[in-house]
Amino acid sequence: MSLLNENLKAIHSKLHDKELSVLELVEDTFRVIAERDARIGAYLTLNEEGAKNTARRLDDKLSSGEQRGLLFGLPAAIKDNIVTEGIRTTCASQFLSNFNPVYDATVVRKLREADTVTLGKLNMDEFAMGGSNENSSFHPVHNPWDLERVPGGSSGGSAASVAAGEAYFALGSDTGGSIRQPASYCGVVGLKPTYGLVSRFGLVAFASSLDQIGPVTKNVEDAAYVLQAIAGYDSMDSTSANVEIPDYLSALTGDVKGLRVAVPKEYMGEGVDAAVKEKVQAALQVLESMGAIVEEVSLPHTEYAVAAYYLLASSEASSNLARFDGVRYGVRAGQSGNLLDLYHESRSQGFGSEVKRRIMLGTYALSSGYYDAFYLKAQKARTLIKRDFDQVFEQYDVIIGPTAPTTAFKLGAQVDDPLTMYLNDILTIPVSLAGVPAISVPCGFVEGLPVGLQIIGKAFDEQTVLRVAGAFEQNTEYHTQRPNL
Amino acid sequence: MMSITNQDVQHVAKLARLNLSAEEEQMFTEQLNAILQYAEKLNELDTDGIEPTTHVLPVSNVMREDVERESLPIEKVMANAPEEEDGQFKVPAVLE
Repeated sequence: MSLLNENLKAIHSKLHDKELSVLELVEDTFRVIAERDARIGAYLTLNEEGAKNTARRLDDKLSSGEQRGLLFGLPAAIKDNIVTEGIRTTCASQFLSNFNPVYDATVVRKLREADTVTLGKLNMDEFAMGGSNENSSFHPVHNPWDLERVPGGSSGGSAASVAAGEAYFALGSDTGGSIRQPASYCGVVGLKPTYGLVSRFGLVAFASSLDQIGPVTKNVEDAAYVLQAIAGYDSMDSTSANVEIPDYLSALTGDVKGLRVAVPKEYMGEGVDAAVKEKVQAALQVLESMGAIVEEVSLPHTEYAVAAYYLLASSEASSNLARFDGVRYGVRAGQSGNLLDLYHESRSQGFGSEVKRRIMLGTYALSSGYYDAFYLKAQKARTLIKRDFDQVFEQYDVIIGPTAPTTAFKLGAQVDDPLTMYLNDILTIPVSLAGVPAISVPCGFVEGLPVGLQIIGKAFDEQTVLRVAGAFEQNTEYHTQRPNL
Repeated sequence: MMSITNQDVQHVAKLARLNLSAEEEQMFTEQLNAILQYAEKLNELDTDGIEPTTHVLPVSNVMREDVERESLPIEKVMANAPEEEDGQFKVPAVLE
């Protein structure tokens, strides 16, 4: 038995028929982790004892016939910027290498209520800043399709763990593409919900106006299941949207007849690898053959998105990360001096290079004399970028393009050049600035490396996003491919 | 075009409560210049009369009744403290 080739319904029916216990499922997953994770590096902390205890409790529930949660028995792994009571949560930073949260994030509570089993905490770029997972202050993650390549980031551990069969599903977080881009690089499904749909309570804040938690899964149906479990209003998150949560599973009709698909010419232009474009074109033809209407449109402010994003996200980060000062939690340094020395020393030793770079950029952009030129200007650019999407969505149901301009690159290839690294997110960042939902689904391979198709929807219209993604998946086999490990 | 000097970087590092090594200072000066030069692209945009987007959702302050609620017990609040004394976070002298 391997988790790799089983879907949720098959697992549930085996559990129901007593062909499989939750404990066996969990032990099997830890066996895969033990066998593979030394090569992949997806995990930072394992919760093996806790997971087995949960599994035994769920098996009791199974035999007593108690009502079972939506995601009953599924072994899940959590990105390490989402707090888990009693399980170390580091944000892949030395600063938090000893941090044990005293409460659960709302999504973690919701997964527990849905009867999942928490396997452990996943590697990431430090404080979710990066697109290759090379900014983890512990160790990098290797792409399961080619161990010399990056898994993408910042949710690199989330995507790699699912692709490698080391978790049934994972939670990631997406600020400028951090769920979708690694999903694309690792050949799995990654969904960034509409801003505000999923509670951020207990997600260590990076850029509060952009951060959103979402699922990483092997197929679209599982993404719908996980979203169903984690979406919803939360009074603990003041930006949580108070909207009705629909039935996401019933959206998976497989029918896209008459659906209007917009393809932005800016997403298929210069800078996007020709072989990637070819796979996306082929995917569009699949949708067309199913009756969708595909037309070219323009999102004219796309080229300004990366600049606006790095100013906004870094500014918000510089403010959010001010809380790490070595006083209440985290690793303290500079004991010998005064309080100011303690702040300086703790932060200088605790944060890695990319985090410092963004704090510096954000502090500069917000500092006296530069606020209007950088921060305010970027907020206005954000308005123009959002309007691009609003206008296209007046006439179209979804927008489709590649998730990333290339396939996964080699470890070390871009570490010395932050600006080039930032441009990997050129197709995911505009979506984040507009706050709308988007999914990445596998749509082919170039030289053995997965390519992701990005399907973008209207705000709070995850149903249509899932419907299109599900219909595409039902007519293709890419999502069934597994790396040879 | 604006450009950032090593002195600017030192000033910003102080605001951000960071100590930079000489190498870091030089690296950040170069990299921040490259990033900000790229950001100047935004100046091509005519944003006169455009409202800034602080938030994509129409959010407003969330209020609740001013009633007592249970908060975290003190042991939990202190559980991750690098140093504590009598249920308080202990720090070095604030004033010399």
